[in-house]
Amino acid sequence: MLGRDEHILKTAEDWAQSGRGVALATVVETWGSAPRPVGSNLVIDSDGNFLGSVSGGCVEGAVVTEAIDVIESGKPKVLEFGVADEAAWQVGLSCGGTIRVYVEKVS
Amino acid sequence: MKLDILQTLNGERDARRAVFIITDLDSGAQRLVKAADIAGDPLHETLEKRLRMGKSGMDETAQGRVFITVHVPSPRLVITGAVHISQALAPIAQMLGYDVTIVDPRTAFASKERFPDVTVLAEWPDVALPPLNVDRYTAFVALTHDPKIDDPALLHALKRDCFYIGALGSKKTYAKRNDRLKAAGLTDTDLARIHAPIGLDIGAISPSEIAVSIMGEIVQSLRQKPARTAKAEAA
Repeated sequence: MLGRDEHILKTAEDWAQSGRGVALATVVETWGSAPRPVGSNLVIDSDGNFLGSVSGGCVEGAVVTEAIDVIESGKPKVLEFGVADEAAWQVGLSCGGTIRVYVEKVS
Repeated sequence: MKLDILQTLNGERDARRAVFIITDLDSGAQRLVKAADIAGDPLHETLEKRLRMGKSGMDETAQGRVFITVHVPSPRLVITGAVHISQALAPIAQMLGYDVTIVDPRTAFASKERFPDVTVLAEWPDVALPPLNVDRYTAFVALTHDPKIDDPALLHALKRDCFYIGALGSKKTYAKRNDRLKAAGLTDTDLARIHAPIGLDIGAISPSEIAVSIMGEIVQSLRQKPARTAKAEAA
């Protein structure tokens, strides 16, 4: 599935209704060049399945890991990702921008 | 997000109504506001502005900083003419997330075999268009060359404030159409809203290439010129 906005939010609803632990990640702020605009969504379940995107694939892995924590704790989190430091194997954005992502449990 | 908020959000989107989610990122407190309820909301000025721009973002409010997501209806494409260009344009538009409807009373054109995955209405525009609730989140394209089909549809699209209106035709067709539409009461300002010749100038020749040029122009209208509708509303 291509993951249009409404598919992502419908999927979040479907997964939650079928009893899966679900989190929704949303880009809330961007600085500089950012791959996805504010409001972009990624839906994640407790097994690490996901649909949508908050970046061009650069930080989704880290968001999924954090989202699984959020599903367990029920407490929302704000994550911030800046420029990638390739030497340090740090997760980040190679485009040079910074994004803030809000991760919340669907319950 | 509470499941009932998510369900209401999806329901409003299905009904093609704008909806807002207001979130306090520190506490996680969240509420949903339907477009119909903006006027009575304490944040109505902020919400109206976000609705016009169609942009989500952070806002300072009396209750502190909040994140406001605005969900506007997904874009639609309505085409008159189940023609060769439409066979290419429909799947391109669908890939870009548009819901596509094709209207053509000529049943030889408007067949399921020619358009297996698209809603095709084999009706005249005056019958087919009103129930579609064509709105400002709809792009309209006239491709039949037949004034009996395209003209009433163009008038309808202008009246409903479609964000993009385009009409296929040579310079001669274009001039004749303008004469007819003026006779029907349209002003030069109205006519200027119709993209003709249709599509971006990329030297398109084949029906598929013309479809790409039309789709490019639709995307440009949606993404580069949100100010037009905002200005019209402010006036």
